[in-house]
Amino acid sequence: MPRFLLLKHYRGGPEHHHPVVPMDQWAPEAVDAHMRFLGETSRMLEESGELVEGQALHPGRVYVQYGGEGAAPVTTDGPYPETSDLVAGWYMVDVESRERALEIAAHVSSGPDQDGNPFHEWIEVRQVMDGSDPGEA
Amino acid sequence: MGTVDDDLLRTLVPQVIGVLVRRGNDFATAEDAVQDALVEAVRVWPQAPPAHPRAWLLTVAQRRLVDVRRSEAARRRREEAQAEEPEPGPTEQADDTLLLLTLCCHPSLSPTSAVALALRAVGGLTTAQVAEAFLVPQATMAQRISRAKATIRDVPLDRPGDLAAVLRVLYLVFHTGHRGQVDLAAEAIRLTRQLTLASPEPEVRGLLALMLLHHARDAARWHEGRLVPLDRQDRSLWDTAEIAEGVGLVQSALAQGRPGEYQLHAAIAALHDDAATWEETDWPQVLGWYDDLVALAGNPIARLGRLVALAHAEGPAAALAEHAALEDEVGTTAQFHAVRAHLLELAGDRDGAAAAYSEAAGLTTSAPERDHLVRSAAALRS
Repeated sequence: MPRFLLLKHYRGGPEHHHPVVPMDQWAPEAVDAHMRFLGETSRMLEESGELVEGQALHPGRVYVQYGGEGAAPVTTDGPYPETSDLVAGWYMVDVESRERALEIAAHVSSGPDQDGNPFHEWIEVRQVMDGSDPGEA
Repeated sequence: MGTVDDDLLRTLVPQVIGVLVRRGNDFATAEDAVQDALVEAVRVWPQAPPAHPRAWLLTVAQRRLVDVRRSEAARRRREEAQAEEPEPGPTEQADDTLLLLTLCCHPSLSPTSAVALALRAVGGLTTAQVAEAFLVPQATMAQRISRAKATIRDVPLDRPGDLAAVLRVLYLVFHTGHRGQVDLAAEAIRLTRQLTLASPEPEVRGLLALMLLHHARDAARWHEGRLVPLDRQDRSLWDTAEIAEGVGLVQSALAQGRPGEYQLHAAIAALHDDAATWEETDWPQVLGWYDDLVALAGNPIARLGRLVALAHAEGPAAALAEHAALEDEVGTTAQFHAVRAHLLELAGDRDGAAAAYSEAAGLTTSAPERDHLVRSAAALRS
C-alpha cells in the first residue's frame, strides 16, 4: 500500500525526446483533448481503487522567506533559471507496488500532444513517506 | 458511535453475513446488504438502541436483499423459501468467522484488497472507516472493495481456505496501526482472537501472542510521536496483562511441537517482555530462537535480527563478519544498514555507526523510523 506522487511539469526535468510546444500555443481542441485525457485518467484510477487525489497548479509562483522578528515576509518572484522545475499538477496514488506506480506514470505520459500523438512528457515519481512503525523484536 | 456498543456491532456483522449466505444468498450481495444495515445501525442505534441487535441487523439486511431482488424481479422470477432457523451457537459463529476470513483473504486477492474486504466483511467496519484508516477517499475504497468481491465471485464458500494467507493479512492489519477513528492494531487482535476460537492451529495462537507481546509495549514505544527503541523504553509502562496472556499463548502453542514463524517471533518477543531491564535480556536464549527461525524461514530479515542477538550474546565481531555476507540480498534495505550501525556502535566504531545510520535513514520510507535513524546518527556525531 505504498503511496506515490506522480508529478506533471510545465518545464524542467530530463531533456525531452522531441521539441515541446507549450500548451498555450496548441489548438483549443487539442488542449481540450489533453484535459479530457487527464479527467479520464482520474476516473480510471478511482475505478481501480488507487486514486488518492489529483490536482492542477497555476503556473504563477512566488518564493517566500521568514523576514525576521516583526518584519514582513521576504518574497521574490524571480527571475529563475530557464530550466528550473515548474510543477503543473499531480496524481497521488495508493498502489500495490512501485512497479504499478511507474506503469500509471507511463500512462499519464501517453496523453495526447498538439497533434493528437502521445505526448511522451517526463513524469516525476516520488514515494510518500508513511507513518508506519518499522517494528522491533 | 455514541452509546452503540462498537464491539458488539462489529462481531455481529460476520454472523449476519453467515446467516444470509446459508440462506442461499451469494457472498457479494449478502455483504453489501449487511454493510447497508451496518451504516443504518450506526445512524439509528445511538437514538434508538434495539432490544435484539442481531435480529435488527438481520431484518434490515434481509429487507435490503428483498429490495435488491424486487428490482431484479422483472427479468428473473425467483421464489424464496425463508425458513426460520435457530440462533447459531458459538461453534457456528466461529466457523463463519473462519470461512469469511479465508474467503476475504483469498490468495487471488492482492494484500491491499484483502485487508480492505476483511475489515469490512469480518471486522464490521464501514467503508468510510476503512477509507479513513488507509487515507484514501471513500469512493476509491468502495471501488477497491467491489473489485475484490468480483475477483472472488466464483470461490465456493463451503470450506475454509488458506489459513496462512489469513494470518498474513491479519498481521498486515496489525502493523498498519492506529489511524483515523479505528485502532487497527486492536482490531487485528480482536479478529485473531476470534480466529483462535475457530482454529486449533498453533500458528494462530502464535500470531495472537506476537501481537499482544508487541502491543503491550505501545505506551513505551512512542513518546511525543517519536519512536523509542527497545533499549530505552520505560518498561514500567508495558501492559503486564497483555504480556501475561501473550506468554501463556506462545507457551501453549509451542507445546504442540509444531513451531512456525509467528510462534518463534512471539517466543523472542516474550523474552524481551520478560526482562526487567535491557541489560537483563537473556541474549543466549534469544539467539537460540533466532537460530530456529532462520532454520525454518531462512529469510534475510530474520537473519539480520539474529545478528543483533549474536552480537549481544557473543560479541559484535562475529556478527559483523556474518553481516557482510547479506549485502547482496538485502544491501539496499534500511534494515541492513540499521543493523550494521547497531553492530558498529557495539564495537565502539562511532564514525562508522553514524555513517551507517545515515545510510539507513536515506533508505526507509517510514517517517518515524527515518527521524529515529537521523537522531541516532546525530547523537553519535555530537
